[in-house]
Amino acid sequence: MSNVFIAFQDNEDSRPIIEAILADNAAAQATYPTGLVKIDAPGSLVIRRETIEELVGRSFDLQQIHVNLVTLSGHIDEDDDQLSLSWNN
Amino acid sequence: MDTPVLKKKLGLKERYAAMTRGLAWDTTYQPMDKVFPYDKYEGIKIHDWDKWEDPFRLTMDAYWKYQGEKEKKLYAVIEAFSQNNGQLGVTDARYINALKIFLTGVTPLEYYAYRGFAHAGRQFTGAGARVACQMQSIDELRHYQTETHALSHYNKYFNGMHSAKHMFDRVWYLSVPKSFFEDAYTGGPFEFLTAVSFSFEYVLTNLLFVPFMSGAAHNGDMSTVTFGFSAQSDESRHMTLGIECIKFLLEQDPDNLPIVQGWIDKWFWRGYRLLSIVAMMQDYMLPKRVMSWRESWEMYVEENGESLFKDLARYGIRKPKGWIQACEGKDHISHQTFAVFYNYGAAAALHTWLPKEEEMAWLSEKYPETFDQIYKPRWDYWREQAEKGNRFYQKTLPMLCQTCQIPMIFTEPGDATKIAYRESDYLGNKYHCCSDHCKEIFDNEPEKYVQAWLPPQQVYQGNCFKEGVDPSAEGFDPLLAVLDYYNLKVGRDNFDFDGSEDQKNFAAWRGDSVEGAKK
Amino acid sequence: MSVVSLKPYNFPAKDVRENFPAPLLFIGWDDHLMFGAPIALPLPPDTPFGALGTAVLPGTYGYHPDFAKINWDTVEWTKSGQPWKPDPAKTLAENGLKHQDLIRFRTPGLSGLNGSCN
Repeated sequence: MSNVFIAFQDNEDSRPIIEAILADNAAAQATYPTGLVKIDAPGSLVIRRETIEELVGRSFDLQQIHVNLVTLSGHIDEDDDQLSLSWNN
Repeated sequence: MDTPVLKKKLGLKERYAAMTRGLAWDTTYQPMDKVFPYDKYEGIKIHDWDKWEDPFRLTMDAYWKYQGEKEKKLYAVIEAFSQNNGQLGVTDARYINALKIFLTGVTPLEYYAYRGFAHAGRQFTGAGARVACQMQSIDELRHYQTETHALSHYNKYFNGMHSAKHMFDRVWYLSVPKSFFEDAYTGGPFEFLTAVSFSFEYVLTNLLFVPFMSGAAHNGDMSTVTFGFSAQSDESRHMTLGIECIKFLLEQDPDNLPIVQGWIDKWFWRGYRLLSIVAMMQDYMLPKRVMSWRESWEMYVEENGESLFKDLARYGIRKPKGWIQACEGKDHISHQTFAVFYNYGAAAALHTWLPKEEEMAWLSEKYPETFDQIYKPRWDYWREQAEKGNRFYQKTLPMLCQTCQIPMIFTEPGDATKIAYRESDYLGNKYHCCSDHCKEIFDNEPEKYVQAWLPPQQVYQGNCFKEGVDPSAEGFDPLLAVLDYYNLKVGRDNFDFDGSEDQKNFAAWRGDSVEGAKK
Repeated sequence: MSVVSLKPYNFPAKDVRENFPAPLLFIGWDDHLMFGAPIALPLPPDTPFGALGTAVLPGTYGYHPDFAKINWDTVEWTKSGQPWKPDPAKTLAENGLKHQDLIRFRTPGLSGLNGSCN
């Protein structure tokens, strides 16, 4: 199965997003190349707005991730509540 | 009093559809084919544009909001960098030469991308694709501007960056990126998307960005790092456009498969050749090295490419024809490219130099099968000669590949001691290429590539002198005349880093003694 | 194969012979990678072939320690990758060389710095 990945700038804004991803995706793993946080997961991963809101204690617009997003791999599906990445193989 | 009735807000997907496709229409005042004259001629068949899926559903209001946030963050850092003399924080002034390549060779491509996407964005009948292209067009213009601003501070303190746009249109090594992009944007809109959005922005983008940005981070260049991060989320939208475009074309009609495969073959190879300059920068021009070109290639192309092409296999797509040769090239191209820049250092608007002993040890370690056997001997000899005051400067112009326009430095797959030569005859004239793949690209569209503006040929045709220059005049020096045409400042922009004004200035500003200073 | 286009696509080739003061010749010295790439030189067609070794190439290749040791009688030439025996007494044109031809030479026994092909 191929890995999907997503990477963010390693800063305070990204921290709750990373924590949310790791909480919601059991097989996801984080690494820290210079200045970045990179999360790899087999097959698919999902980012949930609700999980982030619980962590930051305020409402959160998922599209806010655009400010700190660096790169990703996989097919995207996006709506107000979640963003997911997946490969079909 | 009645309680106010709250209208239910549209979900993201509905909002996006309403504000993009919902605003599109089929024309009745003129036939659609006349309003959109370019989206059929390439032979690509689209039956249902509604099947185009917008992966990132960024409406214009969200776009401006988040781009605005990124801009404010970026310019605050650039300002602080400038006010705090950030240029003194780089590891050493040799690093700045990587930025000279970036500003003259990569930044202009952002401008070309802005124009290319604006054009493509006008040509598709599908509104989803038009919106994505228009947004990318604005992103690319933004990148042109932000890169220029991020690097302009260095232009105040170091040589070689004063005439980026002028040099891009004239200087011999810059015809490589220039011709790459001109080839792309003179293709039709579907080829353009396959070339840029898919082959470059998806398959190869990490190889451009990660080395430059990590290189910047490791070498104290906060300005470039910040630009890089600021651009990256734009890049992830670009990547998703690329992968969506390919999926869409392949799902619309099986007849699209051979056309798309042909473009993937061509543009993977052209992108790979273009990246030779990045390979050289990564292995030779970062005083503090991050990872080798070979390691980057393995991580970002081989590993990532496996997942990607496995996914695309269900459409009948295979890996690009040049894949194996490109993978073999990971052990060679950085060395071959820096060596030719060392050869032609008198004619380049950046400095070159001999790698230090510890850098050669790093190269030996990272390239155990090739560096010591094939590349180290020339560095050792050049060092020996330079120490005697006989630094090597090649004065005769090189032979270029007709397609990629790089000097013919590349070697045969399986034997890196032999330069690879390939030939084609077209309408009574002979043309030469560096590889089977460049030759195939030439043979597929010879009418295009015979128009190539190859710098050595143009110099010999007398087209690379300033207006009013008289080649028959007493004491005429063609090399100096060409450098003047380039607006290259001899003795400041060119020659070895050792002894350069950049080196002396940097040492003086930092209160260091100049390394290797002659007594 | 050819360019796919909406209208006839026919534009002049940039590098035809007429645009140059002399035919352009590409020359490569096999097994001497130190020079990076083969060279390009416009050479009058009535240049004696033998003058390459004595007058033309020293300016380019003379930097290499092998160059002074070359015995031009034993040099092996190829043209377009095929074995070729030029007559040094005859001119480039008389030897059949045309615009944008590629000739390469190999110097048996001299394969670069310490035989490394550099």
